[in-house]
Amino acid sequence: MGIKDLLGLKNLSAKQINLIIQEAFTYKKQFAAPERIKKSLLDKTLLTLFYEPSTRTLTSFNVAAGRLGGRAHNVSVSASSVQKGETLIDTVRNLEVMGFSAVVLRHSHGGAPQLAAENTAMPVINAGDGFNEHPTQALLDIMTMQQFKGDLRNKKVVIVGDIAHSRVARSNIWGLNTLGAQVAVCGPATLIPKGIEDFGVTVEHDLGRALADADFVNVLRMQYERQANQNFIPSKREYHRLFGINEKRLAKAKPDLLVLHPGPINRSVEISTPVADGKQNVILEQVVNGLAIRMAVLNLLIGEKA
Amino acid sequence: MSGLLLKNGTVVDPSQGLHKKLDLLVADGKVVELKENIVADGAEVYDLQNKIVAPGLIDMHVHLREPGQEEKETIKTGSKAAVAGGFTSIACMANTDPPADDVSLIKHIQEVARRHGIVNVLPIGACTIGLRGEFITQIGEMQRFGAVAFSDDGQPIVNAQVLRKVLEYAGMFNSVVISHCEDKTLTNGGSMNESALSTKLGLPGIPSASEATMVARDIEIAKNFGRIHLAHISTKESLDLIRQAKKLGAPITCETAPHYLLLTEEAVGVYNTNAKMSPPLRQEADRQALLAALQDGTIDILATDHAPHTLDDKRVEFNLASFGISGLETALPLLYTHLVQTGLLTLDRLVELMSVNPAKIFALDKGTLRPGAAADITVIDPLLIKKVDKTKFYSKGKNTPFDGWELGGWAAMTIVGGQIKYTPEKGVWLKA
Repeated sequence: MGIKDLLGLKNLSAKQINLIIQEAFTYKKQFAAPERIKKSLLDKTLLTLFYEPSTRTLTSFNVAAGRLGGRAHNVSVSASSVQKGETLIDTVRNLEVMGFSAVVLRHSHGGAPQLAAENTAMPVINAGDGFNEHPTQALLDIMTMQQFKGDLRNKKVVIVGDIAHSRVARSNIWGLNTLGAQVAVCGPATLIPKGIEDFGVTVEHDLGRALADADFVNVLRMQYERQANQNFIPSKREYHRLFGINEKRLAKAKPDLLVLHPGPINRSVEISTPVADGKQNVILEQVVNGLAIRMAVLNLLIGEKA
Repeated sequence: MSGLLLKNGTVVDPSQGLHKKLDLLVADGKVVELKENIVADGAEVYDLQNKIVAPGLIDMHVHLREPGQEEKETIKTGSKAAVAGGFTSIACMANTDPPADDVSLIKHIQEVARRHGIVNVLPIGACTIGLRGEFITQIGEMQRFGAVAFSDDGQPIVNAQVLRKVLEYAGMFNSVVISHCEDKTLTNGGSMNESALSTKLGLPGIPSASEATMVARDIEIAKNFGRIHLAHISTKESLDLIRQAKKLGAPITCETAPHYLLLTEEAVGVYNTNAKMSPPLRQEADRQALLAALQDGTIDILATDHAPHTLDDKRVEFNLASFGISGLETALPLLYTHLVQTGLLTLDRLVELMSVNPAKIFALDKGTLRPGAAADITVIDPLLIKKVDKTKFYSKGKNTPFDGWELGGWAAMTIVGGQIKYTPEKGVWLKA
């Protein structure tokens, strides 16, 4: 793939993005008989270094490594020890000499994987940094969109929710832009990051209008506790009324609109239960694709295709 | 007679409206004479052909870190950095640990500085005890023992009532209060300018309004209660407010720093922590506004906001890195090369901004080469061209975004109180 690390989608070409996704589709076809998948990570151990909690992403990387015959060792660091304890560079270097093949890093500050990558020979895979990027999430989102609707050129994707603090939104925007999709973001004005229009993204505060001609809606998790304390939104109720995805909203949108959500979902806040479990949602398909994407990334960075 | 005879230099002294090739004689720590073809037996003679002789540069915004953070800088290393950068006087901010909020600290700083005897160190006292913005300090006492100004720099005085009292009280002593204009509720943990770039980098942003709203408040308070000098102005919006207020006669002055004139937020690049400062680097429109404000007099002085940090303070995640850059050793050649040589500022105006005006605003008996004045002299060599090399800094702070920049107009000689303290050939001259 021509890169040592996967830090984000910001600097990936369409060719690189499609390469990863093609590789992921190939793996996905083999999911019916996972024991037959080529063990390209034999004798390789992946380090996951998580400074923030995670269920899906962490598990997904573990399973992905396992399916490729490799192993994963998980280190979680509590956020409180970040400032007083060992520096990120020291932590990464200490773990590096134990012989890991790559590090999957999740961190609460944007740019942390870049800093790590500059200071280690190990490939660094960003599993989410602050509100900067979450590349494997966006890759699995894009893979899911392609699975259902093929080429994304001129397809309209609406990302709804807290865009300002979302690494998922940013990675989606960079990747979808590169692939020629039209991206709109929709959320309260308090949660739209400054200057996002500069990247060719449409900003909309009226969900009905945003969804009118959309092909996909990617619904972000509302981190309510954090938002409420900082006055980003006044209440869950008002949020749901203005930005919640429910059956009424879907009824007014295109009938083939697909609903994505990176999880974990807050039912009745950003998404209603009938929609979360309904026919138009592809949330569990995203999780399956996530596994394939992570296998593809591992194979391309440290497996036989590295 | 003993002394120094500086021959054939171009004397640039806006305090006397001078820009002329003259000889300058120094004896007993003072300027004795300034005219053509001086002959003085026994004086050490220096031929300063093609060099500029200016009143000693004064930096009114320096963090010396001592006491309390000597791993970042000490009075001694900061003093060396100052003379190497062509400064003869530096005013040090009160945000040490403990803060300089009491006479004992003001005395201590001066004693240490005098012991090293490298540069004039002018302490700035805190406005409020512990820089907490609650109770005013003994401004009168601190001024009596040498504090040249008062500031809680690093922290704004949030409570307007407290600021009012500080100004009214300091006004009795004709002391200038320096304000750090920042609304921290708008800064809200931000680490770079808020813009499309902060969005792209996924970093929390600091809006320009964080500065401009406090500038607006301070202007109104100054109009009613006393003089304020606004530190490190970085935005166009602030300058618009200041320009307007000055027209109406508000008792305010302001400064900016070289980095805001030469860099924009783009310098953050890929999380370069040496481009992280407070206020943050802004956009090109702000930079252009700052340049215009230097030309039209809206900005009164240039100061470095020298903020030395250790490598460890900067070699971390961008959000966790300390704010500030090491500025003393690069300011003069940066400004000379990029403002004077490019024709944006005259040399006379630069000397005014870096020496004459600071002396005037803070009522320092400096900023001039008039006979009888203290012989604080900066000799500038426009033909000395070299690259910034942070590993050669005297400052402990190697945190500069200018490493590797090729510049001219470095200090060729720094004379403090009639004694040579720095030349590029010998470096800093320490007391025998």
